[in-house]
Amino acid sequence: MSIVDRKESEVRALLDTAHPLVPPYLAERTIRQGRRVLGRRRVAKYTFWLLAAAVVIGLAVWAGVSDAWVEPADTTTPDFTDW
Amino acid sequence: MGKRRAIQEQERAREFESFVAGAAGRLLHTAQLLTSEPPGAAPAAERLLTAALARTYARWDRLHGEDPYETARQELISRFAHLGWRFRRTSGGLLDRLTPQERLVLVLRLYEGVAEEQTAAALGLPPERVHAILVGATSTILSRPATARRRAPRPEGATT
Repeated sequence: MSIVDRKESEVRALLDTAHPLVPPYLAERTIRQGRRVLGRRRVAKYTFWLLAAAVVIGLAVWAGVSDAWVEPADTTTPDFTDW
Repeated sequence: MGKRRAIQEQERAREFESFVAGAAGRLLHTAQLLTSEPPGAAPAAERLLTAALARTYARWDRLHGEDPYETARQELISRFAHLGWRFRRTSGGLLDRLTPQERLVLVLRLYEGVAEEQTAAALGLPPERVHAILVGATSTILSRPATARRRAPRPEGATT
């Protein structure tokens, strides 16, 4: 065994003790917490899509009523050359 | 529709419970080594584990055959790495003398037995860096004077 391997084995042996005691009701608590995580994500998702829809609708309405791309009316009478 | 979802929820919870029953001990052990807290007094490790398991449950439907143990372990690692500097202070665990990053590499490589390439990928580090950190951490751990090394607890009634 190389020196490196021996050192690694020694550390492995140091770490390889018995597992600690698991706190009680761990599964139940983490399931509840996990459901809250899912709930929060769902709210965030709906909020995002609601905002996105609002932005799109707002843009569409603005585009409908805006005259931003219509040429302004003439302020002086144009020259008519043939009557 | 609601009933079907309730049944799926129950099924998911049952699978998750049996997963926790089998894997929690080892995951908590890993967490304790990372936070370097002594067994029996490891609140930070328990918080890490709880958060990792909660997020694993949240992802249960999207696992699609992935090993839930590796998922939970990765959640543990990500959270530990993300909270990084908070774990610089230690309280009497085995790996007290290591930095959080050294503990991460040592525990992954030598306790969890993850190969160098996968460890590098999991931590977002180049493999050479992982190797260097491991060499340093190993030396630090083994350089403790023999009397300071943790000895196995003596059985009850031993006379020596």
